[in-house]
Amino acid sequence: MGGFAPLLPELILSIGGTILMMVAAFTARRGAGLTSWLAIALLVGATFALIGAPSHAGPIFDGIITADLFGAFGKAIMFPAAAVAIIAAQGWFEKGTEHGAEYAVLIVFAAVGMSVMVSATSLISLYVGLELTSLASYVLAAYRRTDDRSAEAGLKYFVLGALASGILLYGISLLYGFTGTTNFTGLAAAFGRGAPSLGLLFGLVFLLAGLAFKISAVPFHMWTPDVYEGAPTPVTAFFASAPKVAAVLLSTRVCLEALGPATHAWRQIVICAALLSIFLGAIAAFGQTNIKRLLAYSSINNVGFALIGLAAAGPQGASSVLFYMAVYVVMTLGALLCVLWMRGPDGEEIESIESLSGLSQTRPAFAAAFAIFMFSLAGIPPLFGFWPKLMVFQAAVHSGYVALAVAGILGTVVGAYYYLRIVKVMYMDEPAAPYAKVREPVQGALIFLAAIFVSPLGYLLIRPLQALTDQAAGSIF
Amino acid sequence: MGAVIQAPVLSILVAVPLIAAAIALFLNASGARWIALIATILDFALAIYLWVNFDPNGAQWQFVENIPLSGSISYALGIDGIALVLIALTAFLMPICIGASWRAIDKRVPEYMAAFLLMEALIMGAFAAQDLFLFYIFFEGGLIPMYLIIGIWGGAERIKASYKFFLYTLFGSVLMLIAMLYMAGAAHTTSIPALMAFDFSKEAQTFLFLAFLASFAVKLPMWPVHTWLPDAHVQAPTAGSVILAGVLLKLGGYGFIRFSLPMFPDGSAQFVPLMFVLGGIAVVYTSLVALVQRDMKKLIAYSSVAHMAFVTFGLFAMNRQGIEGAIIVMLSHGLVSGALFLCVGVVYDRLHTREIDRYGGLSDNMPGYALLFMVFTMASVGLPGTSGFVGEFLGLVGTYQASSWGAIVATTGIILGAAYMLWLYWRICFGTQRNADAAAMPDLSMREWWLLAPIAVAVFWMGVYPESFMRPIRNDVGRVVARLDRVAPAGDSHLTLPHMGAMH
Repeated sequence: MGGFAPLLPELILSIGGTILMMVAAFTARRGAGLTSWLAIALLVGATFALIGAPSHAGPIFDGIITADLFGAFGKAIMFPAAAVAIIAAQGWFEKGTEHGAEYAVLIVFAAVGMSVMVSATSLISLYVGLELTSLASYVLAAYRRTDDRSAEAGLKYFVLGALASGILLYGISLLYGFTGTTNFTGLAAAFGRGAPSLGLLFGLVFLLAGLAFKISAVPFHMWTPDVYEGAPTPVTAFFASAPKVAAVLLSTRVCLEALGPATHAWRQIVICAALLSIFLGAIAAFGQTNIKRLLAYSSINNVGFALIGLAAAGPQGASSVLFYMAVYVVMTLGALLCVLWMRGPDGEEIESIESLSGLSQTRPAFAAAFAIFMFSLAGIPPLFGFWPKLMVFQAAVHSGYVALAVAGILGTVVGAYYYLRIVKVMYMDEPAAPYAKVREPVQGALIFLAAIFVSPLGYLLIRPLQALTDQAAGSIF
Repeated sequence: MGAVIQAPVLSILVAVPLIAAAIALFLNASGARWIALIATILDFALAIYLWVNFDPNGAQWQFVENIPLSGSISYALGIDGIALVLIALTAFLMPICIGASWRAIDKRVPEYMAAFLLMEALIMGAFAAQDLFLFYIFFEGGLIPMYLIIGIWGGAERIKASYKFFLYTLFGSVLMLIAMLYMAGAAHTTSIPALMAFDFSKEAQTFLFLAFLASFAVKLPMWPVHTWLPDAHVQAPTAGSVILAGVLLKLGGYGFIRFSLPMFPDGSAQFVPLMFVLGGIAVVYTSLVALVQRDMKKLIAYSSVAHMAFVTFGLFAMNRQGIEGAIIVMLSHGLVSGALFLCVGVVYDRLHTREIDRYGGLSDNMPGYALLFMVFTMASVGLPGTSGFVGEFLGLVGTYQASSWGAIVATTGIILGAAYMLWLYWRICFGTQRNADAAAMPDLSMREWWLLAPIAVAVFWMGVYPESFMRPIRNDVGRVVARLDRVAPAGDSHLTLPHMGAMH
């Protein structure tokens, strides 16, 4: 049993998830509330289980997976984020005829997949984790099967996701064929032997293309706006947070651990994707009228900044990526919880930006929280969203990529425009019809906590968070 | 004081308006007004405490606080004399702004007061910050409340003006952020006092100077990046204009003194000709533009750009008179332009138009107003005995030592300044009373007297006994000048006494 101790969080989630599936099946329609609370308990339990062996044990199972602080840091963000996505669904699915119970189970399984993703040190475990997450995500996107948009989102996500998986697998097979190993250390050794061969380069490019799809970096971002818009809002909140962290951390580990010696080979790809994501994410968001679609572009834009940290490479770059994702998750979950609260008189969801008009007069606290998330996503000091951006730029400047930092920072100015537009609509326009009150105190408390975290009070957390990300980043070098 | 542990006065200075802002949000309109007034007066009292306890001959940095937060930032506050006088100016103007908004703002008062208090906290923080990134956070943070103030409580074109203000200044500042990142990496410190003594390589200084220039030139503002200012001023509510002209613009000048000059002396010296040319264009061009304005606020906005050009001249003359003059111009302009915007606000509140032609002959029905308006007009023109004279004279003396041509161009600005200000005054207060509604306006109310009279007192004080304001900054200016000594422009106006030798 001692050999399984480092896998405790994954074991809790997979065994618990299987049992939960049974609970969901047998309690059927009545049990949505129970299942979701049990699922949250599992995720919280798994988060606490990270303490000890799961964050320090090192490589296990012949090195196909590792239990290090880097993975543990990611899990400590993803599990709570997944729990928040479950809370976000409360009061959402009961209304219709859908089965609310499976939602929580699917998220738990996705969490297992993400957990494998961030710990994977072999191309095979990487793929298994990725697919587990993706399969759960496809179902989640189409969760409202009676709703055309949701079904379309699910199908689109599945078809494009399958294509990306194919590309990824092709890359993996090339890498395996040319190196004879799927192990990250083995790959690093192969890349370390002088200039990589053409086959290796092709494998690397295909691998990165597949990963870029998962983190929705430009030019593999096309699915994001449609899926984010079409999926039910709690699912969108989930997509924008936990799986994104998993994919970004996975890419970081692949690039720095497996492809570390070939940094010069992948760096230009990452830089290119980063800048394209930043600018496309910023410019395409200009004309959007749907808030979920806008936040989809915002997430593309934000991934671009995280990629700048990755392009910087080295411990400092990795640390800045971790820091960025930790703060990003809170901002984006907060913003999407706010979107969740945009309800019409009959509790139906409203997604138009116009409907936010004059929110500051009808619902001042709601508007203030939303404005805080917007300014923070834009990276305007004194809000906390500024600091992770500063960290990635600092990492880029330290690695000598001043021009990259300049371009990224100019991107923040372009992006600031559309975040400002939301604030303008809420604060400077005449009030529209007010939203119906949502009676979900837990969600309200989460929005409040998230707003406090990204407010200037967040700066008090810099020291512990920085220490943690530095250690976590150090564990992959 | 000695070894006794001091209260963190600067932190309190920042915290008071911050806490008041949070409280104001939960109060009704009149409660918010009062809490804002009390908090700003409390801050003014704290500023007086700082002034009284500041030892001009003591250490360079006083009231120091330092709590390291991480490798890249520490919560470090501390002030020298230059920061002290600017903090005092801010604290002095803030209660006046709140008073000016007392009746003029009648919708969403709690939010308005909260935005104003938040801005005060951020400005105070920017002047007191001793850490590079802490400064940036305060400096940039000021954009958010100002954006809201212009955008929510502004005039008809407020949305466009608020965007322009925000994006213009943000664009300038982000370039500075890159320079800051580079500096932190190269010098391995983010402490401003340490960086002021650090010698960057000459090549780096060129780029660093340009990056900081992008930010401060927009903020100051300098020609040709001044175009956001007239829009922002015209659309902002009166108190917003006061604080924009009175304090926010000073952040630009402060930035030059705190960062550009001492940190990049070689870079600065390299660009002295450029700065003089930009300053010269600004003085002449914006003064001419001011002459043809029909909107009172726009006229004063353009005059701000012209006055700030004196600051540019003074600072980049790189000698004691020039820099001291620049600082006094900043203080004086803070008071005078603030007062002029208040004067515009007084008549705007009555007639709801800023068009100059709608007024005339106000000295008949508003003698008190005409008197105070004249005081501030004269101060703006630089009449001896008022604050404007001291700063402009010193600035010109300094400029003349560096470049006689620069001084000549700058002096034309004074003449043009007299022209547009006196003409403005003539059109509004003298002449015949063409408009019945303007002629029926009542004179200043007690509240308005309370707003304008203290500024008038300060204007005369600074004009008659400037030593009060020179003493705290003297040593600090001396330190900047010492740092620049090596690179200061030689100038073409030396005495041709035999022992001076040939001109260099």
